[in-house]
Amino acid sequence: MTPSTDLLTALILTLLVGTAVAVVRMRGLFPALMLMGIFSLLGASWMLVLDAPDVAFTEAAVGAGVSTILGLTALALTARRAKTSSRKPWPALVIVTITGAALVYGMSDAPGVGDPAAPASKYPVPSYVERTDHDIHIPNVVTAVLASYRGFDTLGETVVIFTAGIAVLALIGGVAVSVRNTGPAGGRAGDGQGGDQPDELARGVEPAA
Amino acid sequence: MNILIVALGAVVVTMGMALVRAWRGPTVFDRILALNMFGTKTVLLIAVLGFFTGRPDFLDLALLYALLNFIGVIAVLRFSKYGHFQDEDPVRDAERRGV
Repeated sequence: MTPSTDLLTALILTLLVGTAVAVVRMRGLFPALMLMGIFSLLGASWMLVLDAPDVAFTEAAVGAGVSTILGLTALALTARRAKTSSRKPWPALVIVTITGAALVYGMSDAPGVGDPAAPASKYPVPSYVERTDHDIHIPNVVTAVLASYRGFDTLGETVVIFTAGIAVLALIGGVAVSVRNTGPAGGRAGDGQGGDQPDELARGVEPAA
Repeated sequence: MNILIVALGAVVVTMGMALVRAWRGPTVFDRILALNMFGTKTVLLIAVLGFFTGRPDFLDLALLYALLNFIGVIAVLRFSKYGHFQDEDPVRDAERRGV
């Protein structure tokens, strides 16, 4: 971290706070979604400044890409504006402030960015760096750790994400069927054909009538 | 090196201006354009930062961000035109019209 990247971090964090305040104060849901996309891009830029390009790319792909599109899909099913609430959220503000202060206090014990004396840099990273070339024969240490040293770990994570995807498809697929069946044509669920084939309808395939 | 610092500063200032446009609006397209612009500025920031920190291999990431930005803006524009993401479906559309 050089002084100029410190300044850059400060600027990006200022913009990040401004975006967060704008998202909270925005009543229109579409503008709020656009600002959320900007928030993600800013977060990704910040992670890149902190030398974590892989995390930054995940943030950009999930935050700015998929989340925006999922939000728009949800927006198609709901109202365009948030309801204004007359409730004063002061207790929540106090709790969030205390939690944030505790986190900042906890961070004062953490090692600096890229500190060679940090515990994570001492063990087990050096042994991976030394052994990857001999063990796996590829130059990229991160790939070697992900796909070989911790291969079963990665497989487990992939299975978890795959299962979550199937569960979400099962849930949202059901909604898609009920939305489609309430067309002016008078409900396909009643004809005994479409109602018990949710997976076909969810894929957009019309049942054979 | 100084010119890279100036470029970084200019990119961040432009980011702030795009942010203001996304906040103030007033139309939907101002906001979509602001998001697109912000994505482009992120690409530029990554590129300049890559050269600034002496790791120009970050350029690959900048390319990926550009692709992501393109697809995202297409999706948002498509939504703002049709109001949904469903495919064109002649059978369903005919049913809705009551044919």
